[in-house]
Amino acid sequence: METEGKPLSPNPLPPGAVLQGGGGFSEWARARRALRPPYPFASMAGIRFEHVSKLFPGAARAAVEDCSFAVADGSFVVLLGPSGCGKTTLLKMVNRLVEPTAGTIYLQDTDIRQIRATELRRQIGYVIQQIGLFPHMTVAQNVSVVPNLLKWPAAKTQARVDELLALVDLPPAEYRERYPGQMSGGQRQRVGVARALAGDPQVILMDEPFGAVDAITRSGLQEEMLHLQRKLKKTILFVTHDVEEALRLADKIVVMRAGRIVQYDTPFAILSQPANEFVYQLVGADDMVRQLGLVRVESAMLPLPAGASADLAHKIGREDTLRQALSLLLRSAADGLAVVENGVPVGWVTLESIRRAGEARE
Amino acid sequence: MVELLEAAVGYAGTHTEELLQALRQHLLLVAVALGIGMALCVPLGIWTSRSRGAALVIINAGNTLRVVPSLAILFLAIPYFGLSFTSAAIALTILALPPILINTDAAYRTINPAIREAALGMGMERRQVLWRVETPLALPVIVAGIRTAATEVIASATLAAFIGSGGLGLYVVRGFALYSIPILLVGAVPVALLTLAADLLLGGAQRWLQPPVHG
Repeated sequence: METEGKPLSPNPLPPGAVLQGGGGFSEWARARRALRPPYPFASMAGIRFEHVSKLFPGAARAAVEDCSFAVADGSFVVLLGPSGCGKTTLLKMVNRLVEPTAGTIYLQDTDIRQIRATELRRQIGYVIQQIGLFPHMTVAQNVSVVPNLLKWPAAKTQARVDELLALVDLPPAEYRERYPGQMSGGQRQRVGVARALAGDPQVILMDEPFGAVDAITRSGLQEEMLHLQRKLKKTILFVTHDVEEALRLADKIVVMRAGRIVQYDTPFAILSQPANEFVYQLVGADDMVRQLGLVRVESAMLPLPAGASADLAHKIGREDTLRQALSLLLRSAADGLAVVENGVPVGWVTLESIRRAGEARE
Repeated sequence: MVELLEAAVGYAGTHTEELLQALRQHLLLVAVALGIGMALCVPLGIWTSRSRGAALVIINAGNTLRVVPSLAILFLAIPYFGLSFTSAAIALTILALPPILINTDAAYRTINPAIREAALGMGMERRQVLWRVETPLALPVIVAGIRTAATEVIASATLAAFIGSGGLGLYVVRGFALYSIPILLVGAVPVALLTLAADLLLGGAQRWLQPPVHG
């Protein structure tokens, strides 16, 4: 049903330019930009916000003000900011739980106002904190809500429930008939994710979904979320105020403050080139080494020049962290590391490129 | 004590027909009062749980009703409806209203907003949210209100006999008039048993409706 991870787009640079590391920052930046998600689908927008504003009646200032950005199809975008910055309002406008006072939101290039609110919501997955599960319904009934609204035949719904429970690591035979009150916070959150996936939506909205679970469970869930996203290629819009969570999960981060978008970029770019003092403070860019431990290598990956893979003896996984890459680079004194996915080189990183990125902020 | 009970059983044995008639009348009064109470107060409670204005007026009115003694309501109804079944039924209905209304209001009001939001966010219609999510969650608390109302109404229906509307209170009135404790017990014991049975039954329903937690 779902396709496996597609290979990266063809190398946009002449092979020699990057390999020598002497291409200059602008060329390096160009290579980086070419690699930003959505890797293969740059033109197709999963969700597009155009000058979206929301002024709640009686409020002194707009909750969301003139926000424009696009979430590429199949990418994982995190809305990050302090509480009250408008990130949740922005999220809820996508499934029309909140209607914008100005601007337009497009879902797969359709103005969402063209779609009846309930129809729209049935084709968008929605996950909120654990309390969103219905306590009077079993796990199976909770997961079946959207399939039932879509009037799927019972056999198809039941097969889907079992498939999804298995996917989120809850053996169906054991958990199908349980009630939310009989499960741990982490388990409930998995049910929440399964429920959001039930109608097979292309777009999933997640509002601080892991906010109510303990730190260890949370990082486990984050890890699984990444794997799910790799496997299913859903378009995910995810709200959090947790910087580490954002850096760990996002393909791109929307940093918000007082209803406005301050910066929209990859985790690596936000760390290395924060737009202003606010972003710098928010993401803790002063402790780069620590924060790089949260950013995946792939977000700082350069395209692999043809025939270069043989030269790169040192390898690092695509989903390892940049901190691990940095550490390996220092330890091995190698020029660059091959970034591999399932043993196949897909790109590379160098000390020079990371250093240059750090300088660019000054 | 045993002699008194024996005498009561003896009296009941010789008045079987009358006793069954009184029991039927008692249960009818209770059923009418609870039926009207539920039909009126459940929709009203849903409304007040959603509207601040309605809540302010109606819930306060309900609370005020609670303070008025049922005997007083009974006598207030007499000038309008005479010494009749209607007067008794009205008095008992008014008694049943506040607990059902207040519990229904609280039941819907205290549903976690996140649950409602999740239901809407998944694409349920308002009506579906009400019937599939909110009402099942509100039901245990509504039933608790009905339980309170039922025990009050069953006990108070005894008073109906004072205005000649029958019910098991008949024997309480008669026993009082004849200074006969056995006759009084023929009325009092079944009322006590009915109250207990209703309380246990509705308490069981309440537990059964509660979503399971743990184990």
